[in-house]
Amino acid sequence: MMTAPASTLTVDLTQRFPGIVSADARPGYSGFIVEKDSLIEVATAIRDEFGFDLLTAVTGVDYFPDKMEVVYHAYKTTGGPGLVFRVQVPRVDPIEVPSLINVYPGADLQEREAWDLMGIKFTGHPDLRRILMWEGFEGHPLRKDWKEPFYEEDAKPFKSRWPDGRFTMAEDKNPFKDNLKFPQDFDPEKWTPDNDESLYQTLKRYTVKDEDGLETDRIVVNMGPQHPSTHGVFRAAIMLDGETIVGLKPVVGYLHRNHDKIGERNTFLQNMPYTDRLDYFNSMSNNLGYAIAVEKLMNIPVAERADYIRVIMAELSRIQNHLVFVGMLLNDLGAMYTPALYAFEERELILDIFEAVAGSRMMCNYLRFGGVVRDVPPYVLQKIKDLVFDRLPAKTDEFERLLSENEVLVSRLKGVKVLDAETAVRYSVTGPVLRAAGVPYDLRRADPYSVYDRFDFDVAVRPNGDMYDNYAIRIDEIRQSLRILQQAVKQIPDGPINSQKPQYQVRVPAGESYGRIESPKGELAFYVVSNGKPNPWRYHVRPASFVNITALEKMCIGTKIADFVALLGMLDIVMGELDR
Amino acid sequence: MDNEKLSLPQYDIPDDVQNAVAITTLDRLYNWGRRSSVWPLMFGLACCAIEMIAAQAARYDMARFGMEVMRPTPRQADLMLVSGTVTKKMVPSIVRLWNQMPEPKYCVAMGACASGGGPFKEGYNVVAGIDKLIPVDVYIPGCPPTPQALIAGLIKLQQKIDKQSLRKVHWYRKGPDVMEIPVPILGPDLIDPRRNAEIKSAAAALATKESA
Ligand code: SF4
Repeated sequence: MMTAPASTLTVDLTQRFPGIVSADARPGYSGFIVEKDSLIEVATAIRDEFGFDLLTAVTGVDYFPDKMEVVYHAYKTTGGPGLVFRVQVPRVDPIEVPSLINVYPGADLQEREAWDLMGIKFTGHPDLRRILMWEGFEGHPLRKDWKEPFYEEDAKPFKSRWPDGRFTMAEDKNPFKDNLKFPQDFDPEKWTPDNDESLYQTLKRYTVKDEDGLETDRIVVNMGPQHPSTHGVFRAAIMLDGETIVGLKPVVGYLHRNHDKIGERNTFLQNMPYTDRLDYFNSMSNNLGYAIAVEKLMNIPVAERADYIRVIMAELSRIQNHLVFVGMLLNDLGAMYTPALYAFEERELILDIFEAVAGSRMMCNYLRFGGVVRDVPPYVLQKIKDLVFDRLPAKTDEFERLLSENEVLVSRLKGVKVLDAETAVRYSVTGPVLRAAGVPYDLRRADPYSVYDRFDFDVAVRPNGDMYDNYAIRIDEIRQSLRILQQAVKQIPDGPINSQKPQYQVRVPAGESYGRIESPKGELAFYVVSNGKPNPWRYHVRPASFVNITALEKMCIGTKIADFVALLGMLDIVMGELDR
Repeated sequence: MDNEKLSLPQYDIPDDVQNAVAITTLDRLYNWGRRSSVWPLMFGLACCAIEMIAAQAARYDMARFGMEVMRPTPRQADLMLVSGTVTKKMVPSIVRLWNQMPEPKYCVAMGACASGGGPFKEGYNVVAGIDKLIPVDVYIPGCPPTPQALIAGLIKLQQKIDKQSLRKVHWYRKGPDVMEIPVPILGPDLIDPRRNAEIKSAAAALATKESA
């Protein structure tokens, strides 16, 4: 099957905004270029007149040495192709672009990220602080002229690794003998660290005066980065009035492993194992998102058998993710360990399959451009059949029997609001959280990829948007995934597993592509720009977890601190993907 | 208690009291107690932490070795399992947690990242191995190490504990109880206060090199 052709333009912005908007004419690019000063006006029209209500990705691209570009990807929650619009500004500091936070509040954290990593100032953003790095860090690392301390060459494979057949240590080449980089004449003793002052400053704006003139002290509680219920190294600074949350700021970046920068030095294929480590519960679906993005750019077909294998692996991955979600959620609610142990038992069986086909339980590195790396042997296929026809349906029933009508669980979860549909869309929330609020937006149906259009399944939706629906939708989705799997293992055709010859270096024509999939946590997308060289010019991950926490503050204000852990749990974040 | 493990074979115990008496050293008794109840800090950094959870779950069941009691507070923990990539932004918190743990304490670097930076070593926000700041007792290779490998690593740690002697361990000697590690500071890059002078002179050398 061919990968979907580049989305045809359904709207023509140039007629609506003559002189302000022009079509992007560069080969390999699509969408529109918007004049900087009219960005807000155009974006408002895109949202209100053209109906693109979901802004999924905001990211910068450094076209060194002359231009900086900010790229926006907007979609309709009713489905269909998206709209790409971009702003180009000269690459001289200060680089300023108007913030879209008032049109699309979901741009909040993504704009902060673009400021942090690319140094693009979003004018009108109320809280433009660094997000992944810390205040005080020197430079904007994703700029093409910024070099990391262990910099060797612009692109891999580095020739310098084996000069004269001997290896050299990166540490020896660095003036500070470590992964460090300080400005000239820097004196550590004279340095005053920020110590989160700027963070607490932003929380102050929530202080409202008491009407009676009574002075009430509000306290700031820091949760994380080391906390058993924050699912990794997530931190939230929470402002409390008594027990009620009146302000909240997520603090992230504690697991920022520089995927984007490393990805731009790597060759296209070398990035595949790195995608495993994004959402480390679902390496198979991460592989899929990246493969789709690059295949779009290369314009190559995927072998049919491989497409089925991809669907099987991605859905198995979704099932184990949701099982672990349920187990961990109950952990967070106080039912320590037992439900999680049940979940991990099933997860192990699915990991066995991953290990059998890919060689590794968690870091599968299984997909290749055009197919997969190894075939699924018949005995593994049999194992999958046993799982999806017998074991997993029975276990899902058991989960439901034990939990779904469990009185304690129901009374704890029912009626506790997570998000309503309108807020969820405005804050660019995707995945099960959006669907639990009643919006049937699932990329497998809304913007089908791979061979999902061949299967009969329903998009799980729940109407209320409360905690219970957020829990129940995961169980619904497990059932739908099982339906897909049952069809896929029956229909899987024989044939080659890759449409291409196995190769280490792929030829990728110049251009951009945005490949997105419905990962278990929401929309996972890869934005890749190639200039025809063996390594990507820009490699950007649009992770579901990161964008979803934009709404966290909105979700939590007004609720009790005791609900915070459960509310955070609902978003199903994973730090590898959130911080990248 | 297992007679074979505890009794010293050099001492002959008459047959009739075989099961009632054990002759041993204080060291052995002390170490046997400690090695069988190593409480790790509930602390996960990245992907490796998921394998750590898997190692505790039913299939691998770390509890068989007395290591399942994860403590969320450092005050009650004996073992810091550094399970994942150590980033510059996170490392001040890690060092602070380490300082808060009472002696005797151990550190296990789980996975390639914690041991030496792993696949992300060249990243600008990555500390190439926790051993740059905290003394590590056992390194476990792998990305991620399988649960079996993790358990093997922890058994190695038990063997290390077995070899320690009450007379030599530093936490019963004179001097401060814990050896505090100065907490790194987030500056233009990560500042390790122990290296201040070195950083200053290298930064000054940069300037002269530039002007030359
Ligand atoms: S060693 Fe591998 S699995 Fe472990 S934290 Fe590092 S990247 Fe993740």
